[in-house]
Amino acid sequence: MSDQSSHSRGTAPDPVIAARGLTRRYGATAVVDAIDFDIARGEVFGLLGPNGAGKTTTILMMLGLTEISSGEVNVLGFNPAREPLKVKRRVGYLPDAVGFYDQLTATENLAYTAKLMGLARAERARLIEAALSRVGLADVASKRVATFSRGMRQRLGLAEIIMKRAEIAILDEPTSGLDPQATLEFLGLIEELKAEGVTVLLSSHMLDQVQRICDRVALFKAGRIVLMGAVPELAVKVLGAGFVVEVEAEGPGIARRLAMIPGVTQVETLAADRFRMTAERDVRPDAARAVVAGDGALRRLSVDEPSLEAIYARYFQTEATGDVRHAA
Amino acid sequence: MRREGSPFQGLSTVFVKELADHISSIRMLMLEFLVVVTAMAALYEAISTLRQNTAEDPFLLLRLFTIDRAPLPSFVAILGFLIPLMAIGLGFDAVNGEHNRRTLSRILAQPIYRDALLMGKFLAALATIGISLAALWLLVIGLGLIFLGVPPGGEEIARSLVFLIVAIFYAGVWLSLAMLLSIVFRSAATAALVSLGIWLFLTVLWPMLAPAVAQAIAPADPRYALLGLNDPATAVWTQELLRLSPNDLFGEAMLAVLSPTTRTLGPVFLDQLRGAVMGAPLPFGESIMIAWPQTVGLVAGTIILFAFSYVLFQRQEVRA
Repeated sequence: MSDQSSHSRGTAPDPVIAARGLTRRYGATAVVDAIDFDIARGEVFGLLGPNGAGKTTTILMMLGLTEISSGEVNVLGFNPAREPLKVKRRVGYLPDAVGFYDQLTATENLAYTAKLMGLARAERARLIEAALSRVGLADVASKRVATFSRGMRQRLGLAEIIMKRAEIAILDEPTSGLDPQATLEFLGLIEELKAEGVTVLLSSHMLDQVQRICDRVALFKAGRIVLMGAVPELAVKVLGAGFVVEVEAEGPGIARRLAMIPGVTQVETLAADRFRMTAERDVRPDAARAVVAGDGALRRLSVDEPSLEAIYARYFQTEATGDVRHAA
Repeated sequence: MRREGSPFQGLSTVFVKELADHISSIRMLMLEFLVVVTAMAALYEAISTLRQNTAEDPFLLLRLFTIDRAPLPSFVAILGFLIPLMAIGLGFDAVNGEHNRRTLSRILAQPIYRDALLMGKFLAALATIGISLAALWLLVIGLGLIFLGVPPGGEEIARSLVFLIVAIFYAGVWLSLAMLLSIVFRSAATAALVSLGIWLFLTVLWPMLAPAVAQAIAPADPRYALLGLNDPATAVWTQELLRLSPNDLFGEAMLAVLSPTTRTLGPVFLDQLRGAVMGAPLPFGESIMIAWPQTVGLVAGTIILFAFSYVLFQRQEVRA
């Protein structure tokens, strides 16, 4: 792997999912090619990458829904290829573009899966009701799913995971095709899950959302994990520095003062009163202090958080020019 | 390396859900309507024929199933034609329907094996057909009682129950075929068309083609033709080829069970009939023996086709 630091992070406390050399081949082509990763309990882990990069296949292997060609994966201490029922009893899965039985109501759909999960009759009704109200579908519980919008179906899928009281929630492209409002609500629900201590595995190509809620991400490309770690770490590695701060201020010698702040690698002068600093950390407080100390008038101080989008774009760009490992 | 847990976990849940779906579906309603209407028409003809030549027949009730009067075929012949349609109607979108609704991966992510899903679907569809056929069977017996006024004897009931059981296995063959095609083809329309095509071929075209193929395999000896007889070799080939079709197996089994005077289903030589009292009914057990190979053929067909579906479904990719 290209990524030592995230690796050391990954093997850290209490991994709930551990993959070693996990591979899935169709004929001669490896769709997932010897990937290793560890996911710690309670974290939100993002699987990123273009379509066909192997994200869904990886997920299906973790659930024992597709064969593992070689390598192994361990989910909550079980081998999904041999003990799929134990894994599937503890892991909730929301597939890409989840479907429900249109002729049944929301409650009936959940009741069917609740029975398949083997939930006792007595707690079924209570759990279904609680799950539906958690995701805000309580008032349409007895409506047929045929009338549901895409966002409501996704939330119903999440209700199923909540009802299951899953230790791990695996969400495959949960927000694709949702409108911004529905997306925000859905991300809120995922954060609630995290707050309850559920480990969330999220695959997506909506980079800004992933960045907002994921503790760590793994970037897939052609069946391999090419980058893995927390977003700021990746930013340092790929972009060279994590933070870009823009300062708008008037006063003498500001550019020089800004350049003297520890951690700043570069200061560009965009206009007479506008400067862009590149830094390894968030240097806004230091920048403000520097401007004020130099008797300058500070008008605006903004930071571009290290964006996953930039990392993603930069990574694939440098990759194209054949300069990967030394991008940092 | 055995997998843990029972393959039947969740089977009853799937079974109950699918059964409820089938029974409340408009599709099933239409199929039942079709079957009941045509079967009633055949029965009406049978009853009116039977009432005219009153009965010295000890198997009056069974005659209800088998009598035909032009233009309508007998009740059994109509069922032989319509049961496949019902079975195909219930099975053609069993698996690809779940794929297309995108429910398959969600259901399989629950703690069950695929075995339970496939088996549950198969048994539920078979139970649906069984329930309809049983209702139809009761209807026939009831109508027989009302219009003929002769209470059925124990042997008649036994023979008609055998009819019911063989009919369910006959449905099983077609159901397995339809489900197999629903696994092979991702589009439900393709699966339906292919199953209907196979059904039409086996019921309509095969009876016409089989004699021609038999002629090609075992050309008739001209000496038989000179005597105005059929060559037994050709006749045997024709029959063997016809038996490849489940329709023919069902027809033969029903002939043996429902017409107690049936002594054989194949061509026989005259000397084999020496000592036989022609027209005398065979005992129940003997009739069953005659129908046994055909029945086993239907059961085996069901199991083989289901096993194929099972293997294909286990190996199929879940993702849409």
